[in-house]
Amino acid sequence: MKRYSAFAIAREAFRFHSGWERAWRSPAPKKKYKVIVIGAGGHGLATAYYLGKNHGITDVAVIEKGWLGGGNTGRNTTIIRSNYLQDPSAAIYEKARSLYETMSQDLNYNVMFSPRGVLMLAQTHHEVRGYQRTAYANALQGVKTEFIDAQTVKEICPIMNIDGPRYPVLGGLFQARGGTARHDAVAWGYARACSDMGMDIIQQCEVTGVTREGGEVKGVTTTKGDIACEKLSIVVAGNSSHVAEMAGFRLPIESVALQALVSEPIKPCMDIVVMANTVHGYLSQSDKGEMVIGGGTDGYNNYTQRGSFQHVEETVRALIETFPMLSRLKMLRQWGGIVDVTGDRSPILSKTPLGNCFINAGWGTGGFKAIPGSGWAMAELVATGHSPLTAEFGLDRFKEGRFIDESVAAGVAH
Amino acid sequence: MLILECPYCGVEAEETELHAGGQAHIKRETVGSDDDAFEHYLFSRANPRGVHLERWRHANGCGKWFHAARSTTTLEVFGTYSAQTFEPPKAIVDAITAKHPNWSFDQWKDLS
Repeated sequence: MKRYSAFAIAREAFRFHSGWERAWRSPAPKKKYKVIVIGAGGHGLATAYYLGKNHGITDVAVIEKGWLGGGNTGRNTTIIRSNYLQDPSAAIYEKARSLYETMSQDLNYNVMFSPRGVLMLAQTHHEVRGYQRTAYANALQGVKTEFIDAQTVKEICPIMNIDGPRYPVLGGLFQARGGTARHDAVAWGYARACSDMGMDIIQQCEVTGVTREGGEVKGVTTTKGDIACEKLSIVVAGNSSHVAEMAGFRLPIESVALQALVSEPIKPCMDIVVMANTVHGYLSQSDKGEMVIGGGTDGYNNYTQRGSFQHVEETVRALIETFPMLSRLKMLRQWGGIVDVTGDRSPILSKTPLGNCFINAGWGTGGFKAIPGSGWAMAELVATGHSPLTAEFGLDRFKEGRFIDESVAAGVAH
Repeated sequence: MLILECPYCGVEAEETELHAGGQAHIKRETVGSDDDAFEHYLFSRANPRGVHLERWRHANGCGKWFHAARSTTTLEVFGTYSAQTFEPPKAIVDAITAKHPNWSFDQWKDLS
């Protein structure tokens, strides 16, 4: 792999940019791999990358039904934060956030990580108490956050109206080292690094069945033929229940549509990410100048990657009270993704009832921020059978009643 | 926007008038059931790509719970029916099998 650098740009400028090579290979699948990862989204590619980097396992195939990073990795609002209440969540999300800080150097691929600060607004007294509690919990977990008052909120984000009639801003939980990153670049950077280690990324290859023998996984059947493997990792987000059914077990997951929208591009007006969980909307400004707005999930099962229209209206209507300037903007695009939501709204990184088959699912509405930490932990689980970061996220927690109750801690946008 | 007909009051209700209640025909567990049965009842969900039988409440209308048969991949509605039943009526099953010939309620029960 040729490294990307300022020197490379200069070199190519002198030869009509004819020397850029493809970022990753598109090989035909081999007959057998040591590890197969189903799903070439951020989490799947990160799993493969850390299998190679941390555990020396490079005989890996990443199989993708559509195109690389074309699911939720390319559809989210790119927010990165780790201000969680519960210790197991804070551990894995903070691991992920810290890996984002050095990801561009690590992958030699600019993922445009921008630690611009994430502010979660407290707009009810209940939220004030909740976020103060989270700030104390974060201090104990070693996650740098602070609870700030309404005046400080106004100073950090001047376009905000803190005296709204229905939900005035009472304060906020601020994580200065949170922010955003370029979501496509995260998938592309991992894919390039995986391909460079000799891993095969096989796109447009749908898994149609999981071959089992004596309670152990033996391989997968795909639209490009049968592929054998020693270990299988299922990382397919919205389609988790569908693939798990092929592997012969069921999940405490329901798939629903989550949607987002962007406005027309405007001049820079907001240099942080704001999340308003009471009115259920979140907002940031992209490098292109578009206001990126995240909305809520629909209440019913859906695989169509389309959301309900009224959620767009509800989200924008709620945000306009706090951000009056938004009312003059035209909205440019709206899209949906299918998120896999578990019973306790926390993810599943686990062994499964099928031997040598692992699952990473249930990230629901907040998977992007976790990509590197999730891949790091999942690779360790697949390679060694145990990872301290995944210990609390097992499938058995539902039977044992050991929930990781973040939906209470984080409200809804979690 | 999703539009469902309430089988009780006959209103063609838009989804803003309704509240989604998740998977239908779940067998309730009670005293004496083991942990596996409780986990299954409380958390395991069919979540199919395709035909889904689900509960809805006509929240901003008559307030009653009813069942709907709907496709999660096309959003097509096959029909709604009373919640006072253990299985979908024949008219609903016929509407589903007209589009999905291999579908059966027994198969759904295996899934759920």
